[in-house]
Amino acid sequence: MSEYKMHLLVCSGTGCKWSESEEIINSFNTMIDEFGLEDDVQVVRTGCFGFCEKGPIVKVLPDNTFYVRVTPGDTEEIIKEHVVKGRAVQRLLYTDPVTRENVSDSKGIEFYKKQIRIALRNCGFINPENIEEYIARDGYMALGKCLTELTPEKTIQEIKNSGLRGRGGGGFPTGLKWEITRKSEADQKYVVCNADEGDPGAFMDRSILEGDPHSVLEAMAICGYCIGADKGLVYIRAEYPLAIERLKTAIKQAQEFGLLGEDILGTGFNFTIELRYGAGAFVCGEETALIHSMEGLRGEPTFKPPFPSVSGYMGKPTNVNNVETFANIPVILNKGANWFSKIGTEKSKGTKVFALAGKINNVGLIEVPMGTTLREVIYDIGGGIKNGKAFKSVQTGGPSGGCLTKDFLDTPIDYDNLIAAGSMMGSGGMIVMDEDDCMVSIARFYLEFTLEESCGKCTPCRIGNKRLHEILDKITNGKGVEEDIERLKVLSTVIKDTSLCGLGQSSPNPVLSTIANFENEYLAHVNEGKCPAGQCKALLKYEIVEDLCTGCTLCFRNCPVGAITGERRQPHYIDQSICIKCGVCFEKCKFNAITLT
Amino acid sequence: MDTINLTIDNKPVVVKSGTTILEAASGIGVHIPTLCHMKLDDLNIENKPGGCRVCVVEVEGRRNLAPACCTGVAEGMVVNTHSIRAINARRTVMELILSDHPADCLICAKSGNCELQDMAHQLGIREIHYQGEQSRYREDTSPAIIREVDKCIMCRRCEMMCNEVQTVGVLSAINRGFNSVVSPAFEMNLDHSVCTYCGQCVAVCPTGALTEVDETGNVIRALSDPSKTVIVQTAPAVRAALGEEFGMEPGTLVTGKLVAALKQLGFDYVFDTDFAADLTIMEEGTELLSRLSKHLAGDKDVKLPILTSCCPAWVKFFEHQFPEMKDIPSTARSPQQMFGSIAKTYFAEKMGIKREDLVVVSIMPCVAKKYECGRDEFKVNDNPDVDYALTTRELAALIKISNIEFRLLPNEDFDNPLGESTGAAVIFGTTGGVIEAAVRTAYEIHTKKELPRIDFEELRGMEGIRKATIDFGGLPLKIGIAHGLGNARKLLEDIRAGKSEFHAIEIMSCPGGCIGGGGQPYHHGNAEILKKRQMAIYREDRNKAIRKSHENPYIIELYEEFLGKPMSEKAHHLLHTEYFDRTE
Repeated sequence: MSEYKMHLLVCSGTGCKWSESEEIINSFNTMIDEFGLEDDVQVVRTGCFGFCEKGPIVKVLPDNTFYVRVTPGDTEEIIKEHVVKGRAVQRLLYTDPVTRENVSDSKGIEFYKKQIRIALRNCGFINPENIEEYIARDGYMALGKCLTELTPEKTIQEIKNSGLRGRGGGGFPTGLKWEITRKSEADQKYVVCNADEGDPGAFMDRSILEGDPHSVLEAMAICGYCIGADKGLVYIRAEYPLAIERLKTAIKQAQEFGLLGEDILGTGFNFTIELRYGAGAFVCGEETALIHSMEGLRGEPTFKPPFPSVSGYMGKPTNVNNVETFANIPVILNKGANWFSKIGTEKSKGTKVFALAGKINNVGLIEVPMGTTLREVIYDIGGGIKNGKAFKSVQTGGPSGGCLTKDFLDTPIDYDNLIAAGSMMGSGGMIVMDEDDCMVSIARFYLEFTLEESCGKCTPCRIGNKRLHEILDKITNGKGVEEDIERLKVLSTVIKDTSLCGLGQSSPNPVLSTIANFENEYLAHVNEGKCPAGQCKALLKYEIVEDLCTGCTLCFRNCPVGAITGERRQPHYIDQSICIKCGVCFEKCKFNAITLT
Repeated sequence: MDTINLTIDNKPVVVKSGTTILEAASGIGVHIPTLCHMKLDDLNIENKPGGCRVCVVEVEGRRNLAPACCTGVAEGMVVNTHSIRAINARRTVMELILSDHPADCLICAKSGNCELQDMAHQLGIREIHYQGEQSRYREDTSPAIIREVDKCIMCRRCEMMCNEVQTVGVLSAINRGFNSVVSPAFEMNLDHSVCTYCGQCVAVCPTGALTEVDETGNVIRALSDPSKTVIVQTAPAVRAALGEEFGMEPGTLVTGKLVAALKQLGFDYVFDTDFAADLTIMEEGTELLSRLSKHLAGDKDVKLPILTSCCPAWVKFFEHQFPEMKDIPSTARSPQQMFGSIAKTYFAEKMGIKREDLVVVSIMPCVAKKYECGRDEFKVNDNPDVDYALTTRELAALIKISNIEFRLLPNEDFDNPLGESTGAAVIFGTTGGVIEAAVRTAYEIHTKKELPRIDFEELRGMEGIRKATIDFGGLPLKIGIAHGLGNARKLLEDIRAGKSEFHAIEIMSCPGGCIGGGGQPYHHGNAEILKKRQMAIYREDRNKAIRKSHENPYIIELYEEFLGKPMSEKAHHLLHTEYFDRTE
C-alpha cells in the first residue's frame, strides 16, 4: 500500500454493498481519474468495519478519518475537500451522541474504544480479494512457521497453551480437538470449516469470510498439517453469495501463490480446500448434521460418540471448527500462546465477536475481550438503548440462548458465566430488548424459529417444541391459564433432558429464562389478561372515555369492522367482541378520548 | 480393556466393552423400553437412530439423560433406568408421540399388534398432558401397501429397511420439524416410485402407518357367491408361521390345521403352491441345464449365471435397477403364477369350469404377491390367473372373522391334483431353498445318477450372501445365494462388471427368504422367530416321503397329460414370462 499517499477504504461487506458501496467505489474511481490522482490515491474495497448502523463506511488513511453513512453523492465532496485540500468533510463524520461533537479518528469513537480485534483484525483494513494485502499483514506467516519450524505436536501444544475454545458455541478446547483428530489413525482425514452460521441476526462468520477469507484458509491448512489431513472443506450456506465469491477468489489466489495445493512452500505438505454449500438449515451447524449434509444425506444429527474426530466425513476422522475459531489461529501462532492467553478470563481466553442487534443504538459487529461485561457491550460500545427507552433484556446465544435481565449487566462475558446465568455464549448473536418487548412473545418468536429449524428426528424436539409453541401462543392470545406456566417448565425441562442434539437440548432456553426472569409478565398474561409491554394484540383493549368523547363520529367512520357505535354528539362505545385491535380509532381520535389498556 | 464394570439399577454388571446400556441392562433382566430401536441379530440389521428417546436413562454425572440404545457402557458408570427423572421424561416423550398420533386404536389395522399401543400400556399412560395440532397427510394406496402417514412416528425403521437393507431408496424422511415424516421423495405415491412392494417396511413398522392392502372382504364375497368355484393355494412359508397368529410357539408347523381352516372357510379345493414350486423346478432346472450345456459347448450368446425368478419384489427390483440385465433371470414364472395359470387352464378344463367362474386365491407370506397377480402379463382377457393374494396375516384375520378355533382344528390333507408336493417345494420358503430344490433335480437330470445325499447344508443358513460349489458329476457348479435386495445388488453389480463367478444365483428379496416375508406375522424385531420358522421348513422337508420335484407323481402326470415336457411350447406359453424395462 505504501506507494500511494492516500487510501480510501470503502466497506464492501454485504450490508454496505447493498447500501450502494459499489457505486461509491465506482464514483471515487471516476473522480480520481478526473482529478488525475491515480498515482496518489487508491480506493480499497474492504470487508466489514463492524459499525453497520452507520454504513456505508469510508475510512481515509493515513489519517484514520472515519466517514459514516456515505452515499455515492458524497464522493465528490470527499475528493475535493479531503483528498485535494486536506480538510475533513465535517458533515460526514461520526457525531458522539453524548458530547454532540464530531469525531474524526475512528480510534476516538466509543464503538471501537473497548474492542480488541483479533478475529476481525483485517476486516476493514485489507482488500479481501487481494492476497498480497493479507500477506502484507503477516498473512501465511504462521503457516510457513508451522511447516518449516514447528512439528504438528508443537503447533497443537501452542494452540492448547493459548486456551482457545471453539467459537461456534460449544466452547470445546480447540487444541484438544486437534490432538484427538491427530491421534485417530486413518488413510484419509479432513479439515472442515463450519460456516453454516444460522442464528437470526448473526453475521460474525459471514463478515470474517467476506473481509478476511485468507485467515480462515491459512488456519485450515495449519490444522491439516497438525492432524494429518490434506483435504479441507468449507461448509457454507448458499445464502452467503459474497462470502462464497471471496472464498473462491482467495482459494484460487492461494493456489497461485503456492500456499494451497501440492508441496506447499516446498515442504512436501499438500493441502487443498473445496467449498460445500448448505441449503440454509440451522441444524446443519451441528457438526454431525453438517457432515451428513456434505455427504448428500438429510441434514440431521446422529448420536455422538463416535465424534467426527474419530469418524466424520465419509467415515474418516474429521476436525470441524467454526470460522471464527480458525480466524484466531494464525494470530495465536504469530504472536504466541502467551500473548493470547493474557487476554480474557481464567477459563475463556481471547476475544469474542458478537453481532449486536435489536433495540440498541449501534447495531453492528464487535469484538471484545472475554470478560467484558454486558453493560460495557450494550452501553459503551452499543451506545445504549434506542430512542431513550429502558433496557429490559439481552439475549445471548442465538435462538437457543437465554434472556438475561439488568441484574446480569455486570456479568463478565465468558463461556461459563453465561451458562451459570442461564444463557450461553452461542456463536455470538446478541439481541437487546427494551421496555416495549413482551417477553412471552419473545419466547414464542424463538420457539417459532427452532420449531421450523428442528430436523424432526427426535421426538422431544419435533413434537415437544411444537407443544411449547402452542402453549406460548395460547398465552399471548389471552387464553392461557396459570397452570400453563408450570407445564411450560416441565416440558422444557424434559426437552432439554432428552433431545438428541444441541438444538433441542437448548431450544427451551428462551422459555425457561423468560419464565425465570420475567415470571410476572407471564402471570399478567394468564391471570390479569394483560400484556405489560402492550405487544400482545389479543390482550389489548381500546376503550372510549365517555367524558372526553365529543361524539364527533370520526372513530365510528374509520373503524374497519364496525365495532364502534354511538349517536352523533353522544359518547361512543367499542364492542370488544368485534374489535380487531387495529388501533385506527386510537390514531384518529382528536380528543384523546380513546385509551389503550 | 475387554470388560467393563458398571452398575445398573444398583446391580453390578460386567459386560464386554462396546456394549450399549440397553444390551447390558437386558443381560441382567432389566428391559428398558424401546420404540425406534430394532435389531435382527443374525441378519446384521439394526435400526438405531436414537430418535424416539423412549429408552432414556439417568447416568450419574451426565448433564442430560442418555438414550440406552445408543450409549455405550463405560467403566464405573452408574445407570438408573427407573429414576423419577427417567420415568417422567420417558412418559412425557411417550405422551408427546401420542399427542401427534390418531387415537383410532379400536379400528386400526395394527390394533393388538401395535408396538406404540403396547408401549403406551407399558408406561401406564392414562392422560396426554400436551394436546395440540396433529400432523395430517393424505393416505397413499398402492397395489400392495397402504401408507397411512398420520400414524408415522418417525422411528425410521422402514427407511432403514428400504435404504440400507434393500437399497431400494424409496422411503426417507422429508420435511423439517413437526412436519417431518417418512415418505417417497416429493411425497409421490408409492406406485409412481421404484418401490418393489417387498413389504419389509410393513414388516417392521411399529404402528399402523404401513399395512398391506386388505383383500379379505373380496375373498369373503367370492366364497359366498354360489356361481363361483373358489380354490386356494398356500405358499410354503405360511405353514411355518401362521400358528404364531393364534398364540402358538414360533416354528410350529400347522400344515394340517391350515388345510382344515381353509376347508372350513368354504374353499372348494384347497391346493398347495408347493405343487407349483415343484413345477417351477422342472422349468427353471431345465432352463439352467439348457443354458449350462450351451455355455459349456462354447455358445457366447448364452447368459450365465441364471437367476431365480420366484420373488416378485426381486423381479420388480431388477426391472427398475438393472433393466439391461433383464435377460439374465430365468423366464420361469413364480410358483404363485404357475399355479394360477395351470389352475385356470389344466384344472379348469379337467373339472369343466369356465375360467371366469373359477376364482383363485393365494395365501402368501408376501405383500408383493398382491402386485404380482395384478400384472398384465398374468391375465387372460383381463381375467387374472390369480384373483386375490392374501398375506399370512390376512388369512389369520379371515379365520378369526369366521369363528374358527384354529388351535383345535384337526389336521387335514390338501386336495388333488394340485395339492401334492415334495420336500424340495417346501424349502422354497427359506433362503437357499429354491436353489437346493433346483440342485436336487438338475443334478439327477444332468448326471443321470441318483443323488448320494439330499440335504445340501452348504446352501443353508442366514448369511446375507452365501456361495457353494456343487460337484455335478465332475462339473463344479458354482452357486450364489443372496437374500435381502442390498445383497442381491452386490451380486448383480459383480455380474454387470463381468466379475461374477457363478453359474446360478438364488435371490430372495426378504431377509431370511419368504419366512421373513412382508406378509408374515410380525416378528417385532425378534430374529429368533425367523430362525425357528426356517427350522420348521427344513423339518417339513425331512418328513416328506418324496423330496425331489421331478419325482412328484402329479407333476409327471401334468406333463404327460397336458404340458408335454419342460420348456415345451405349451409350457413356455403358460409357465414362462418376460420382463420389462421400468426406467422409462
